[in-house]
Formats: sequence, structure tokens, C-alpha cells
Amino acid sequence: MNTVRLVDRRGFLVDVFSAGALILGTRAFSPAARAAQASVENATWHPNVFVGINPDGTVVLVAHRSEMGTGIRTALPMVLADELDADWSRVRIEQAIGDAKYGSQNTDGSASIRDFYDSMREAGAMARFMLTQAAAQKWNVDATQCRAELHNIVHTPTGKKFGYGELATLALKQPEPRKDLLTFKKPEHFRYIGKGVPMVDLNDICTGHGTYGMDVQVPGMVYASVLRSPVLGGKLKSVDDKDARAVKGVQQTVSIEPFKPPVGFQALGGIAVIADNTWSAMQGRKKLKPEWEFGEHAIFASDIYKKNLIEGSRKPQKVVRNVGDVDSAFANAAKVHEAEYYTPLLAHASMEPPVAVADFKDGKVETWAPTQNPQAVQETVAAALGIDKKNVICHVTLLGGAFGRKSKPDYVAEAALLSQKVGKPVKVVWSREEDIGFDYYHSTAAMYLKAALDSSGKPTAWLHRSVFPPIGSTFSTSDRYGDEGEMAMGWTDLPFDIPNHRAENGPAEAHVRIGWLRSVANVYHAFAIQSFIDELAHEASRDSVEYWLAALGEPRKIDLPKQGVKYPNYSKPLEQYPIDTGRLRRVAELAAEKSGWANKKAGNGRALGFAAHRSFLSYVAAVVEVEIDAKGRLTIPRVDFAVDAGQIIHPDRVIAQFEGAAVFGAGIALLGEITAADGRIQQSNFHNYQVPRIQEAPRETHVHLVTANEHPPTGVGEPGVPPIAPAICNAVFAATGKRIRELPLRNHRLV
Amino acid sequence: MIRLTVNGKSQQFEGDPEMPLLWYLRDSLQLTGTKFGCGTGLCGACTVHVNGEAMRSCSASMAGMAGKEITTIEGLSTDGKHPVQRAWKEANVPQCGYCQTGQIMQAVALLKQKPQPTDRDIDNAMQGNICRCGTYQRIRMAIKRAAGVTA
Repeated sequence: MNTVRLVDRRGFLVDVFSAGALILGTRAFSPAARAAQASVENATWHPNVFVGINPDGTVVLVAHRSEMGTGIRTALPMVLADELDADWSRVRIEQAIGDAKYGSQNTDGSASIRDFYDSMREAGAMARFMLTQAAAQKWNVDATQCRAELHNIVHTPTGKKFGYGELATLALKQPEPRKDLLTFKKPEHFRYIGKGVPMVDLNDICTGHGTYGMDVQVPGMVYASVLRSPVLGGKLKSVDDKDARAVKGVQQTVSIEPFKPPVGFQALGGIAVIADNTWSAMQGRKKLKPEWEFGEHAIFASDIYKKNLIEGSRKPQKVVRNVGDVDSAFANAAKVHEAEYYTPLLAHASMEPPVAVADFKDGKVETWAPTQNPQAVQETVAAALGIDKKNVICHVTLLGGAFGRKSKPDYVAEAALLSQKVGKPVKVVWSREEDIGFDYYHSTAAMYLKAALDSSGKPTAWLHRSVFPPIGSTFSTSDRYGDEGEMAMGWTDLPFDIPNHRAENGPAEAHVRIGWLRSVANVYHAFAIQSFIDELAHEASRDSVEYWLAALGEPRKIDLPKQGVKYPNYSKPLEQYPIDTGRLRRVAELAAEKSGWANKKAGNGRALGFAAHRSFLSYVAAVVEVEIDAKGRLTIPRVDFAVDAGQIIHPDRVIAQFEGAAVFGAGIALLGEITAADGRIQQSNFHNYQVPRIQEAPRETHVHLVTANEHPPTGVGEPGVPPIAPAICNAVFAATGKRIRELPLRNHRLV
Repeated sequence: MIRLTVNGKSQQFEGDPEMPLLWYLRDSLQLTGTKFGCGTGLCGACTVHVNGEAMRSCSASMAGMAGKEITTIEGLSTDGKHPVQRAWKEANVPQCGYCQTGQIMQAVALLKQKPQPTDRDIDNAMQGNICRCGTYQRIRMAIKRAAGVTA
């Protein structure tokens, strides 16, 4: 069956491509559709990406995934351009609107390259095939005598050429080739794949001309600032808006209905101040005098909540992975070691706060948003307005950071609801205080670990309980336990070769919206596991890396389903992307080697810490060097990452993702903490929700990429984050003898 | 009425004198290269030059702008070829890019004061500019490159 089909030019595509353009669409399945396809032969294929070639030779590539800093708006079109043998200087990128015909546009899970690399190559190969056929027809020669060469089809025997633009109209009339007729470039002929090109938005960003959600201007637009209940689910009893309406520039106040649980992606509700400009709207909001009925979540207090989580982690809980018999191993152990770990709620705090513009007219709404998931915008806005989702257009702007926050389109629903009510285009701008106070928080977690060691110090049993409010609670108020995807993030897939192993999950109720943040549940699970194995190395009086490698055991592929563990494996089959401990070992050894682990002994407040973790199908090891001065101030002179992410498409952007992950991970380790009292979040801006600044960030991050072209590409946006916090804390232990079991580090005195 | 110069052009402002420069630039003049990040001078995304000095436009009221010369990222160069912008592009600094215009404006001000900045100078000058993507290492590299110092 062909996976690449010609598609009609219709709807918005008319605006994107000039007449005569060759339009192709490759089609892929969402995981759900793919499952359905297995049983239904004629299930609908959804196109996911388009290429057009204009008669002037311009190749127009549609970027259907969101650009939030990974470079995906460059990297995926670059793959297509390479297979097409297009001249990159003659390529233009158009950003797709939200449309199910692209397949999934949900830019999360570090999935874009691995999900669309093959589709892009196929789309490029097909366009090249049809251009070649067209040229052969023009010359009246056999297509085998023709080849593509940098935006031209060349007749090999004579050296005659046609440019792609000259062939576009004729190529459109060529029959659609069967997939088995397509040929693909050999890796040695790649122009861009594995090498990279500068980000397409680089110059715009550096000159202030990039358009983020914050920068969208629509004629006749008004500005809105929304006051929401400081407690989740609180309802407005009454509001005195007299002073707000007296602010110069304020036009009116408009209420937004409170959400109906479960909250999901709905607008939270509240009261909006509509004004001539952003400043007036925000000033007006500050002058509103509301009375709230707070409801059940007003009891939320972090200190009590934390105690309950920890209590839960001390009791037997629901078993989610069980190998061997930990209880008898503990009974027969030479030594037993146990520890409790805790991590707080975290906020995303992308530099661009949530913002959206909506223009509702005649039962239809056009939206502009920095969103990771424009199709979720369509669904959410349609549900909020009571219209069909085909009447919701979502233009995707550049995203000023996202980290998972902007896959939840509640802020776009607000703009749409307000535009419907005021009859004008509305821009909703969240302040930093709103962003931090009304986030979908990264979950807090309490974890209890216990290990049995034999007389040589080798671990013979490992028990790990984890209690955290699940992300599912945002979508189903009764959810108390982690779902299999959350639990599979660096927890139930523990890679160590320990004969007796049990994982138990305890229940926790959520009092705030819980959501995914860069690397998700891997953050707390890797922190606990990678710290605890370091504790065991110390208990056994062994070198940390040596002990870690011994615990990992012989290279093997771990078959979790065989052990009765439901393991989604980041939506990829285990046969294609196994849990390969040999690859994990390789990065561990490489990071140790490149960091000079064996020769750098701790001293004078300086020490190294190690951690290695598989997530998003990538294998990542980190060695972090910390320096702690006489006053207990910690700096990070150096991080060494070793990374096996399979085939690398754009090395510079991959390296950049890991450089960034080192900083993001350092923020989690050192600074990040969200707390609540009386149901209200206590942090509000960068003074009390701190993120790393230049002097706190690792000074040098060295990224060592393993050459692994024999393996398919894996994720790179997230997997750098999980090993950083434990590696930092392991380094702190090596430097000071203090074992950090609770984040963030700034709550601890290091000297 | 407040008269000021923005990117070499005379402007007159008749709105609320308490309004921060940031919102005048963004909402009135549509100079959206200057970004909103925190509204309280904590993140540096809104950095512009006021009479040649780096300033957080979110915390500078229009009342204080009378007679001042403002330069935003749009006025730094017309072609993106200011040495700092060139260095930024050569080092491929940006990820999401949202904070980078503020970073660039801050770096330009630093290099004007200290043409050969040390690491400590860079820390001191740039610590008010947050990059959540974590591009600090390349920011440092680009500043040194722009200064002609081998990074």
C-alpha cells in the first residue's frame, strides 16, 4: 500500500502554493489509527506533510510540528529537501495550521523525528521520482538515464538539465508511483541529513522579526487580562469591577464560566478585563474586587500534603512490577539499605507566558497561538464554543518556550470565549504571575527505596515505591494512580540486573492541574533511582561508575511484557526500539571516559557525580562536576553527556538540546519548587520561582554523540534532563558527604 | 504629551504616563521584537537601550521617557548585521529565541562598556537575562566572538 498520495489543492493550501504547484502529501497513522488499521483494511490514511514546487523553482515545505526551540521547523523539512535533492537556499517553509489530515501535530514526547523521518524521506523520494518521470517524458528518454542533482533533473548521457520549477506542472500529471518503485538516497549522498543547516528562523529571531504568539496583531483587536480563582475550581460569588472599569483604556469586564470537572484543557473561568492595550487590561484586572467560593481544594497545603505522600510511600501499595521475591531476599540479606526521596511540584515557566488571539465571526473562529498541539486547540475551542471543530482555524506561531505547557490549550479557549462574547478579535495575555499560579504542574513525588546487598555488596533485591498525583487526575477526577505511560518513564523499566525487584504505586489526590513537563515522570524516578544506586555503591565501598556498570549487568534486551509489565515504550514497538542495556552501558562508559572520571578525585570542594538513564528511547549518561565553596555555594564547572539517540539528523540542534537540558536539569536540582497554602500557589514570578541564570548554569556542557546510524532515530528534546539532578546530587555527596534526598538543593545547607 | 525618539524616529505619546515603555513599544508602535517575560524587571526579555544604556522596558514608565532616545532590537541594525547579531547567528545561539532579543541588547550594552569582557564581566552583565532553553553557554561564546576574543 502506498503511504504517499497526491492530494487536492484546496482550502488554505490555495493560499500557500501558487497555481501549477506539485502537491504531495505523505500519510501516516496516529498510534490509535495504526491500531485500527490492523483490523480495518480501508481505514482512513491521514496526510501529515506537504511539499509544493512552484514553477519558479521554489520548493515550499510545510512544517506541521510546532517550533518551540528544538529546531524541528528546520529539521523535518530538511529531511524532505535532502531526499528531494533540493537546493536548501530555494526552499521556503510554511507553517501548517491545525488539521487532522497531517496526522498528529502534537509536538511532545520528543517524537517528531522518530515519527516522521521516514514519511519525510518518502515524500521527498516520491517528488523526485515524479520530477524524473516528467523530465524523461520531455526528453523522450528512459527515466533510468535521468537523475536528480541539486534542484535539477539531469540527463546523464548528454548532461542536459531541467530545473525542478520547469518540471513542476508536468510532474503533477505523472501517475502516482507505487512505494516499491521509490528509491532512497544512500547515506553517503546525504546533503543535509547528519550535517544540518541553520535554523530557518535564525535571522528573524536575532532581528526581532520572529512572530511568537505574543506578537500577533489583528486589526480591531482588543486586549484581555483574566482574573481566575486562586484555588482550583473556585467559583466567583460576586465582583466589584467599578475601579477596574475606571482604569484608562479599559472597555468592559466579561465573565468566563467556571470549568466543569474534570478540568482537562478547559478555560479555568473567571472574569476578564477588556481594554485598548495590554497594560490597561492588566491594571484593570488588579483593581477587580472579587469574592470567591473556593470549594474542596482550599485545603491544599504542601507541608501536610507532602507528609501524606511520604506516609503512603512507607506502606505496601499496588504492585506494578514484580520479579523474583524481594521479601525473602530482604530476609536473607547481608545488608539492607533504605532511603526516602522527595521532589516538589514544578512550573514550566516558559519565557513567553500563555497568550492567544481569537477572532470569532459568524459561527467560526480563527485563532493564533503558540501551541504544541493545534488540533487540541481545534477540539478544545470547538467544545468551549459549542461549534464544530472544522470551524476552528488554528494558526501556529513560534513558541517562546513550551516544555509541555503549551500542549494544553486552555488559554486559547479563553481567547475564543471572550471573542465570542465581545464580538471583536481578542488577545488574552497571561502575566508571569498567572503563568506560575495557574500552571499544569509537574507532579510532586514521594519515593521509598530499599535494597538488599549480599556480602560482596552486590544488590540482590530492590523495592521502589512511588506515590504521586497522576497526570490522569487532570482528565478524570477519580484518578489516583499513575497510568502505565507515567510509570514506564524510568521506573517500571529499571534496567539493573537484580534478581528480585518490586515496584509499588500508591494513590494520591491532586489539588492542582497536573501536567507533563519536559521528560515528565522520568524526572523524579531517575532522581531517586540514580541517587539510590550511588548510595549502594557507597555502602559497598565501590567506585560509583564501576558499581553502576556491575549492577547493569551483561548487555541484554529487557522484555518487560514477559515480566507482566505493561510498557508503552514511548509508543514504539520494543522489537524496533528495545531496552538495550548494551547501549546504556556504552554511554555510561563513554561519559566516564570523556569526563576523566577515573583520574579526577574529589577534593577542595570539587567532585564528579554520575547518572545514566534511558528515556524517550535514547540512552544518556551524564557526569557532572560541582564545586562548593567555603560558604556552601554550588557551581557547576562542567557537564559531560554521552548520548546514543540512534541516527542523528541535525547534530548541532541535538547538541543544543542537551546543552539546554543540562541547564533545565540544573534548575530542577538546585532551584525549582512550587508550594501551596490554603489551596493557593505561593510562588508568583522569577524572584520566588527561580530558574537558572547564566552564573548558575553549567559553565561548559560537552555533548559526546555515539555514532549509532544503524539504529533508528530516537528522542532528543527531553532525555537529557533526567540524569542531571541525580548526577549533581551524587557529586554533592562525593564533595561533601551530604546525601541529598529532597529537591531542590537550595533548601539544604551544604557546609 | 511625552516626546521621545524611538529608533531614530520622533514619537509623541499621549496615553497613561504610568504605562511602561514595553507596552508602548509593543502595542502602540508594533515593535514586537521587545518581549514581555515577567513585567517586573526580573528576566530581561524586554531589554532596550535608553540613551545607549540597557534598561528593562517593562519597568520604565513612559513618564520617564520624555526626551529620551530609545533603541530596540529593530533599530540595532536594519539588516541583522550588527556584530553581536552576526556572532549570535554564527554560534547558532537561539533555541526558542524568545529571550534572545533582550540578550542581544544586553550584550551590546556590555560590549560598549567592556569591549574585552572577562567571564565574570559576562556573568555580571548577563545575569538579569533569563534563558529558559538554557543557551547560556552559546551566549557566552557569542559575546566573546563579537568581542574578537577566541571563545
